[in-house]
Amino acid sequence: MADEKEKPPMLDRYRVLDLTDDRGALCGKILAELGADVVKVEKPGGDPARSVGPFYKDTPHPEKSLNWFAFNQGKRGITLDIETKDGQEIFKSLVKDADFVVESFTPGYLKKLDLDYAALNKINPRLVMISITPYGQTGPYSKFKSPDLVTMAMSGYVFICGDSDRPPVRFTSDQSYMQGSIQAVGGALMAHYHREMTGEGQQVDVSMQEAMVWTLCYAPHDWYLLKALHHTRENGLWRRFGVTYRLIFPCKDGYVCYRLLMAQPGANVMNDLIESMNKEGFGLDMKGIDWSTMNFTEVSQDKINYWEGELGKYFMNHTKRELHEEAVRQRNVLQPVNDAKDIYESPQLAARDFWVEVEHPELGESITYPGPYFKSTETAWFKGERAPLIGEHNGEIYLKELGFSEEELMTLKRDNVI
Amino acid sequence: MAKKKMALEGLKVVDFSWVFTGPMVTKYLGDHGAEIIKIESAARPDGTRLMTPFIGGEMSLNRSGVYANYNSSKYSMNINLREPRGVEVVHKLVKRADIVLETFGPGVMKKLNLHYDELKAVKPDIIMLSMSMFGQYGPYANQPTFGQLLQATNGFVNLLGWPDRGPSLPVAAYTDYIAPWYVMIALMGALDYRRRTGKGQYIDLAMQEASVHLAAPVVMDYTVNNRIQSRQGNDSPGAAPHGVYPCKGEERWVAISVFTDAEWDALCKVMGNPAWTKQPEFSTQFNRTQHIPELDKHMGQWTKGYTPEELMGMLQKVGVAAGIVQTGQDLVDNDLQLRHRKHFVEMNHAEAGKHLTERPPYRLSKTPSQPSRPFPGFGEHTEFVCKKILGMGDAEFAELIGANVLS
Repeated sequence: MADEKEKPPMLDRYRVLDLTDDRGALCGKILAELGADVVKVEKPGGDPARSVGPFYKDTPHPEKSLNWFAFNQGKRGITLDIETKDGQEIFKSLVKDADFVVESFTPGYLKKLDLDYAALNKINPRLVMISITPYGQTGPYSKFKSPDLVTMAMSGYVFICGDSDRPPVRFTSDQSYMQGSIQAVGGALMAHYHREMTGEGQQVDVSMQEAMVWTLCYAPHDWYLLKALHHTRENGLWRRFGVTYRLIFPCKDGYVCYRLLMAQPGANVMNDLIESMNKEGFGLDMKGIDWSTMNFTEVSQDKINYWEGELGKYFMNHTKRELHEEAVRQRNVLQPVNDAKDIYESPQLAARDFWVEVEHPELGESITYPGPYFKSTETAWFKGERAPLIGEHNGEIYLKELGFSEEELMTLKRDNVI
Repeated sequence: MAKKKMALEGLKVVDFSWVFTGPMVTKYLGDHGAEIIKIESAARPDGTRLMTPFIGGEMSLNRSGVYANYNSSKYSMNINLREPRGVEVVHKLVKRADIVLETFGPGVMKKLNLHYDELKAVKPDIIMLSMSMFGQYGPYANQPTFGQLLQATNGFVNLLGWPDRGPSLPVAAYTDYIAPWYVMIALMGALDYRRRTGKGQYIDLAMQEASVHLAAPVVMDYTVNNRIQSRQGNDSPGAAPHGVYPCKGEERWVAISVFTDAEWDALCKVMGNPAWTKQPEFSTQFNRTQHIPELDKHMGQWTKGYTPEELMGMLQKVGVAAGIVQTGQDLVDNDLQLRHRKHFVEMNHAEAGKHLTERPPYRLSKTPSQPSRPFPGFGEHTEFVCKKILGMGDAEFAELIGANVLS
């Protein structure tokens, strides 16, 4: 689409005060991409999330965390110790003109500092406060210590993942934090919609556990409706109601994802694939089968296994890219199991101008970031600057906006308030 | 009983989306008070209607438990979109609507003369969003696929499982549970833009692109450090013990995460300070991360003497992160927190009977979500929408039914 640079972002420069650590940082990042003015508020010395790797050139350093870069890009940053009385006063003065506050503290922490929703609501009744935690603000588990593995376990996700001869596993990635964060944006913008209609702010109380329960699809409903647990962990196999499909197949340089298709969709695409297979001597007795009349519940598991075996032999002869591009030509559904390199080199993402470069002057280079996930006739995804350095915008906010003098700023710094 | 005010009261959506992703978005909107009119067609009901598990165990278009979960708070009507008069009915709906959502493959709406240009002519400030796997254009844009396979493209399948084995399959189509929240974000953003400018817009949103945002650090580790991250079982940098351990009972497990010496000391105390914990390999956080297999073996010997409920109780009490590896049964029958949050709402459908719908994972303190009705039966509201919402007369309605324009 033309004139991307001319198009405004969707949101106005709403002020977001972002107190999250790595468990909620993606929420503010998304708001920044939509045009909000997101100010990261870190304790003096920097947020602990800056010690989460991986690191730029594998050098652990608070200004070199790639995780920090990724999820705080587009935000400005100030330091402030909200555990001091001065810090609390300053924060409250910022809240007065803020549209959103987002935080991921253990429930009860902000109340002790007189900075919970009840207190902030008095200062600014229009405020929307987004609180992202593993279980929510109240309830029997709300104060549990729950890093990602524990929340993932409690959500039901872990039980169904992995291999049957080993313990269940989580993703090698903190997905509960991300799910909580991206869901939080939706809730926040609903509260914002209501606020603009009525003038009334409110708190958006987000539970990472509930967010992950959503990703289970069937599991709770299988139990409620049928008193059965139909999901089992089977590595690359998918078993449901007595039929087992292979979904992950090894190939020449990695893995692909495919599911044997039958019935009408199968009729359209299986024949082309079988023709390719036949050319290499595989699946010769799969030729001529009428896939369109087959019903997977009526085929024997042995037959399914045999056909999948033939597919597997063919896949082993080809790379992910070859198999996927053949599928695109044949209008078949196969997908490659991508790693980071595959994602980065995707021709589809390149054709969509998906990647953007963000300059990091301190590092002397720019780094590639994911860019627009939507194209619009009116608005554009907003890139913004790299993630803030520690206290980078103290001058802009404290001097220019709040009107502190240089001396006052020095005093606050000396007293470790900022 | 006074009804609590709803956040999205007055918002109107014409919903062409089907299967999982789009319907979850409109369910969330509907549960917060928006009016959702779902368009299905007699020839092509929403595919989810025939997905297991079935309410009462019996297959039917109006008994799918997953459809029931994803389609609370909606009206549904059947319109034959290949009939010009069916398209006219759609135009009447769009004329009074704020949002049109569709998740067909690229080009489908255009073929039906229901693309943005046509709908904008009917309602100039309409917000229309098309969600597709790869986007409306590009070399892969026309490849048919489904979420269970698409998820492999954003890196998370590669990051699930054990380092010495091929990847494991995520529970369900994981991308199907990332993209809808980005659709929600784009729709709510567009509503704000319209409020301030009076302008609608057409949005082309790609599921794959949205999901890659969650993989940003993984991609950066490659472009900056030339490292291709891969699956690490239950490991987490700097943490030990950090894993899933067997418990008393069949297929009962506990997850335990220790990141600091203080947490380790608390854990050891609960374990009764056994001799093995005093060995030098386990004396510091760093040392523990260098001896994970032995550490995990010892932990498993201990945990298998207890149920996961006992372990979670004992360890959380002393500030050690531990949690039950819950099953669907645990979530529905036993989890006290989900009960406190009222995550599962028991609904009753006139034909199918009792089932659950889930609440969005956020509670708006003043305008909390509340499903307004159970999922719609197939074609359940065609007459209601036409007569009560569009004000269609009896004769016209009967004619359109007779002509198979509506059903």
